[in-house]
Order: sequence, then C-alpha cells, then structure tokens
Amino acid sequence: MNLTLKVWRQSGPDDDGRLVRYEIEDVSPDMSFLEMLDVLNEGLILAGDDPVAFDHDCREGICGMCSMMIDGVAHGPQKNTTTCQLHMRHYNDGDTIVIEPWRARPFPVVKDLVVDRSAFDRIIQAGGFISVPAGSAPDAHAMPVPKADADDAFDAATCIGCGACVAACPNGSASLFTAAKITHLGLLPQGQPERGSRARAMVEQMDEEGFGGCTNTGECTAVCPKGIPLDTIARMNADYLRASRKSG
Amino acid sequence: MAVSGAVLVFFLVAHMAGNLKIFAGAESFNGYAAWLREVGYPLLPHRGLLTILEAGLVVAIAAHMYSAIVLARRAAHARPVKYAARVKSRANGYATRTMRWGGVIIFFFVIYHLLDMTFGVANPEGHDATPFARMVAGFEPARWYITVFYVISVVMVGLHLRHGLWSALQTLGLARRYPVLKISAALVSAVLTIGFLVVPLAITFGVVR
Repeated sequence: MNLTLKVWRQSGPDDDGRLVRYEIEDVSPDMSFLEMLDVLNEGLILAGDDPVAFDHDCREGICGMCSMMIDGVAHGPQKNTTTCQLHMRHYNDGDTIVIEPWRARPFPVVKDLVVDRSAFDRIIQAGGFISVPAGSAPDAHAMPVPKADADDAFDAATCIGCGACVAACPNGSASLFTAAKITHLGLLPQGQPERGSRARAMVEQMDEEGFGGCTNTGECTAVCPKGIPLDTIARMNADYLRASRKSG
Repeated sequence: MAVSGAVLVFFLVAHMAGNLKIFAGAESFNGYAAWLREVGYPLLPHRGLLTILEAGLVVAIAAHMYSAIVLARRAAHARPVKYAARVKSRANGYATRTMRWGGVIIFFFVIYHLLDMTFGVANPEGHDATPFARMVAGFEPARWYITVFYVISVVMVGLHLRHGLWSALQTLGLARRYPVLKISAALVSAVLTIGFLVVPLAITFGVVR
C-alpha cells in the first residue's frame, strides 16, 4: 500500500519544528509501524536527507521507548498496544498519517519524535523504590500477600513508563504513571514502611516537574499500552492525603 | 474542587427537595420559604441560618471556580505546544469533556436564576410577590422559552454532576469498584436532573397553576 505521512521534523530543542509530508510506497501490511518508519528512513538516507529520529528499543512492546502520537492518539489506534506492536494492516492504501512527538513541557523535544522523559526518572528517584536491603528473592510462602493485592500490584507494575498517559491527558498530567508506581509498591508488604513518605515525595516531584493536575478524564488509561487502571490514581490520592494529614 | 463540589451537591439535594414542595400547593411552598427564614429563631436572628448558608454557598462556588481556573492554567502551562492533529478522545464521556465550559454556562445560568427567582428582577411578578407566584409566573406557558433555557441548563448541571460525583470521590481517594460507582453517579445525577425539571415543566404545561 501507498501512504502519505506527515511527520514532525525538528532538528533540535531550539528549532521551531514543522510537519513534513512524505510519500511512502509499497508498505507491507505485515510491517510494524516502526518498520514502516525504518523504510522511510532508508529512503531518506539514500536520498542524502536526515532520517527521522524516533525512540525504540525492544520492539516487542515491553520497554516503553517507542512514543509517538499517531493521528492524535498516543501509540495509535489499537487499544493496549505500543507503537512497535501496531501493524500496518490496520491502515488502508492512500491513508494519510500524522505523526507527532509527545507534547508536554516536562517532555522537551530532543529531535523530531524523540522527547526527553527524564522527568519520569526524577519522579522514581523521589521515592519509587524500597530502601531496605531485600537480598535474594524470598521463598514464595515466607511473606503472605493476599491474592487480590498481588494481582493489583502486578497490574500496576506492568507500567513501562512510556509517557502515553501524559501525552493523551488534556491536562498534561503524569498522575497515571506516578499512581502506578505508588500502587505497585504500596500494595506489597515490602513497600509499607515508606508508603506515606513515598506518596508525598513522588506527588510533590510530579508537580515540581510541571505536569498538569488530574481531572479524572480517563484519557490516560484509555491509551495506556498496559491498560493501567484508573483506580491506581484513587490509591495514590488516598496515600497522599493520609500522609499529608499525619505530618501536617 | 472535590470538597467545594461536595458542598454544592448537598445544596442541590436540599434545593430540589424544597422545589418539589410546589406540588403540595402554594401554602406549603410559601410556608417552606418562610420557614427557611425563621429556622432557629429566636436563637438565631431572623434570616440568620439562611444568611450563613448563603455565605457558605458563595465561598463554595468561589473555591470551586478558583480550583477550576488553577487546573486550567496548570494544564495550559503543561502543554505549551499543541498537537497539530486533532486529538481524539479515547475515553468515553461527553460529560467529562464538557466540565470546563459546561461549568461556565452553569455559572451564567445561576446568575440569571438568582435574578429571576431570588431578586425578582428578571421575573414578571417582581421581588414583592410570594415565592409561589414568582415560580408560576416565571414558567407560565407564554414564557416557554424561559422553560427551555432552564431545561437545557439543568441538563448541563446533570452532566456536570455525572462526572463530578465520582471524580470527587476519586480525588479524595475513596473511589473503588468503578462500575458501581459510575452507575451510582449517573443515577444520582438523573434523580437530581428529573427532580429539578419536573417543576418548571409542570408549570409550563399547566399541571401546577
């Protein structure tokens, strides 16, 4: 199939950037979206042009590197799917696809479709860890965890930190990401001693990075490639409010 | 946002219950209005409790609007460069998408509503008539366009509540079991919307005269 792409090109952080139109021919329906961009880049390199920069790593939907807004939807039209696992069979011959980077002040564009997501790292550094020396993996029955808590913690732990939640949020809020990390650790026994201080530190870091406020629109969970549920945000709010009440 | 909104929800419930007294006749309705001004007398001065409640409402509305403005400004700050492609909403929720501008429309409705029913400036019977006479004159069949305006506005309030009710619980960290929560929020919104709508409609269609 033949497609028209409108890709955001921006040579560096200080460039204004613009959408550039490319025609791409003979796209196979079996290609992934990133392979289609690889073909585009091969053509650009052969023609002596600068290839389109985009983030990618594992290409099997588990690393969270690929990050693009495809026709106004984070990671494109497929639910629970990262861009690398989106395949061209979902498109038709003659389609026009607009590809943009994540848009948020805390995610500055590095080049073209690549944004700097260090803000997420700093949120993790603020408290997304357990300080006790955990040693090697304990025996499975040494520390009982209720099945429901283990399931909810695991669901939250599947967050790959791709940033689609921020990209899709009309408020540019990072609540789903931060809440997933707080829920993941806060539901397990190892996470209890630091539960309150963790929630406070991570929420405060999130606000400091310049993310917007959550208005519970649910756009984040709708585009999340891992389907992180919205109730993680309720848990984050509960932990944060409890910790704030205790220490004033 | 959540706390001030919760105050306003409690007010709406009381307001709706009071409105429904119109079906019990002019005496009951006017009596209720007079009682509101006399509650607690002589412990409280004449109109004492009502004034306290009104002040509380003004504070709640101001806090609600202030929070909304802060959130909107933070959102604008967090996304300096807009998307070129029209961002498609993937979450379902007309009510959710209309919170901000719907809130502005509700604000203008409240101003008109106060001029109409509280101060009587925009009411054919004026300020000195009984509350019942003001209600009946306000929604008389010849002023059907006023009724239409009220119906649209009340539906906007209902939509605002549908998202606002469960969203407030979420913000306060109390939300669990979403299907139950969302259906409950929709039910409460529907009851309030219908409760508010039956009164003007009953007057316009001549059931209450």
